[in-house]
Amino acid sequence: MLPSDPSLPNDSNPPRDRPATAGWARAGWPLLASELQMLFGRRRTWAMLLVLAAVPVLIAVVVRLSSGPGTPGRGPAFLDRVTQNGLFVGVTGLVVSIPLFLPLTISVVAGDTIAGEGSLGTLRYLLVAPAGRVRLLLVKYAAALAFCIAATLAVAVPGAVVGVLLFPVGPVTLLSGDTIGVGASVLRLLLVAAYVMVSLVGLAAVGLFISTLTDVPVGAMAATIVLTVVSAVLDALPQVTWLHPWLFSHYWFDFADLLRQPVSWSSFGANAWLQAGYIAVFGALAYGRFASKDVLS
Amino acid sequence: MTAEERSAELAIETRGLTKTFGHQVAVNGIDLAVPRGAVFGFLGPNGSGKTTTIRMLLGLAAATSGQARVLGRDMPRSLREVLPLVGALIEGPAFYPFLSGAANLHRLDTADRDAPSRTRAARVHLALERVGLTQAAGKKVRAYSLGMKQRLGIANALLAPRELLVLDEPTNGLDPQGTREVRALVRLLAAGGTTVFVSSHLLGEVEQMCTHAAVMSAGRLVAQGTLDELRRSGTSRVQVRTPDAEAARRVLAGLGLAAEDAGRPAAADAADGLVTAVLAVHPGGPDLAGGPVYAAGLQESLASGRAPKPEEIVCALVAAGVRVRGFAVLGSSLEDRFVALTGEGFDVAQ
Repeated sequence: MLPSDPSLPNDSNPPRDRPATAGWARAGWPLLASELQMLFGRRRTWAMLLVLAAVPVLIAVVVRLSSGPGTPGRGPAFLDRVTQNGLFVGVTGLVVSIPLFLPLTISVVAGDTIAGEGSLGTLRYLLVAPAGRVRLLLVKYAAALAFCIAATLAVAVPGAVVGVLLFPVGPVTLLSGDTIGVGASVLRLLLVAAYVMVSLVGLAAVGLFISTLTDVPVGAMAATIVLTVVSAVLDALPQVTWLHPWLFSHYWFDFADLLRQPVSWSSFGANAWLQAGYIAVFGALAYGRFASKDVLS
Repeated sequence: MTAEERSAELAIETRGLTKTFGHQVAVNGIDLAVPRGAVFGFLGPNGSGKTTTIRMLLGLAAATSGQARVLGRDMPRSLREVLPLVGALIEGPAFYPFLSGAANLHRLDTADRDAPSRTRAARVHLALERVGLTQAAGKKVRAYSLGMKQRLGIANALLAPRELLVLDEPTNGLDPQGTREVRALVRLLAAGGTTVFVSSHLLGEVEQMCTHAAVMSAGRLVAQGTLDELRRSGTSRVQVRTPDAEAARRVLAGLGLAAEDAGRPAAADAADGLVTAVLAVHPGGPDLAGGPVYAAGLQESLASGRAPKPEEIVCALVAAGVRVRGFAVLGSSLEDRFVALTGEGFDVAQ
């Protein structure tokens, strides 16, 4: 044991071999806080969130400037609802973002988790701190989940706000033909946002696993994006119908069920189970790979 | 002393530690023994397996075979207990370029589950102060020079009180002033009881700050011991300065010493010649490089009487009428030993 350094505050030198720190520190909360701070302190993260926020704003402005509300059944789903209730700009924004923009940004964050630390070389310093490999993996995944939430809200919230500013906020006709009030439509918007968040967590798990395979973050990001595209392509091929329920993007567009009266929860449940399965499988793969990996970067 | 007591006194101990990458053997069955409290120089040319060894000691890479114990505990099994007591600089500093120096240290400190949050700011401040980076604490690491990053890396190793510091090439990229500061810091820490394990390819650096050293060559540990033991091992020679070179050579031959080369002192009387002869070859030379060598007890070969004592040589020379104008016993310098053990030149060992 080192003699305590006189220039340190007295209580800063607890005997290091007994648990002197609070349970919350040992559980890794400070590391998670630091991870979130770093993720949301990065310019890259804010650039991605801004691009996502620009999607519904662009839609709203274009619809407002054009002469009419557009023909129902043409253009992105729910586009024609926008003029009835500005809040639906948020929903339309999510519809437009989920095939590409959202998976793209999630892939960047999830692909960067481990590979990014590896390429900087900070991974070795985190591990000898020691962060603990499992704990680091959990913290990284938790931060990726936080980004899934932030990314979804970055589309939904600015969409709703711009919609309210540019369009009237009134009762809106649902897909089932029923009309709901403003309060209920806020709730529906939040439900759709929750559905989209859940849809993305499986992809984040896939990205985390790929990230443990390499020290090249761009490679992990690209591979994750490619998998998203492959999943979407397979989902469109009728020859592999048997595979469709197992593709992580299979239920991505099924949130229309939440816009019926009464709300149909079946696709929400099926999607949640599928995503949970992806977390379990790819979480286990990431653990299997990372727990025994030689860190040579 | 039992084996267990011996282990307790060692900060680092490895037995047959081996790492292979495919067919290439990076570290080949090394038996390191780093005593507690030592400043231990881990010498070897680039590519000799030093960093791979350090990675295995710290649980970053798994050993292919063999065991490693750090601070008396098995690694990597006791990684969680051991690593909070170990500060490390591994293969150069690595930081988040988009964070400031202080923010980087905060970040890495949160990863240590034993690090108390409420003293974090104070510990970061102190660590930065110790390496002279207080002024640059708020600057983004992107804007740091290599030497500043190196200092920050050392500061990171000093974030908490440590029992063992593992510093891989700590003076890399530092100016002479920074090198001196690092040396002083290492001495200060060692005086406080911390064991310091410094790897380097620079012999001079090890010579100036270490008490012990080990030499790696092509994945093998070719010598290990205190610095004095390493200096004594190898070849010692007698050197006679005399105008009667022929006679001196005969006398030396009569004593069983083969005179090897004659030369002239650089700026001395032209009549004088230099006669050198091998006095003794001590164990630990490159001929024994097949395995780890403990240099302890090397003095014995000098005292064993196999070689004549220096004073006897002078007596014999004078008795034979050789005009002895200079006489010296030359130990091999550590540099000679290093070159003999690891080979010369720029070829990276495979």
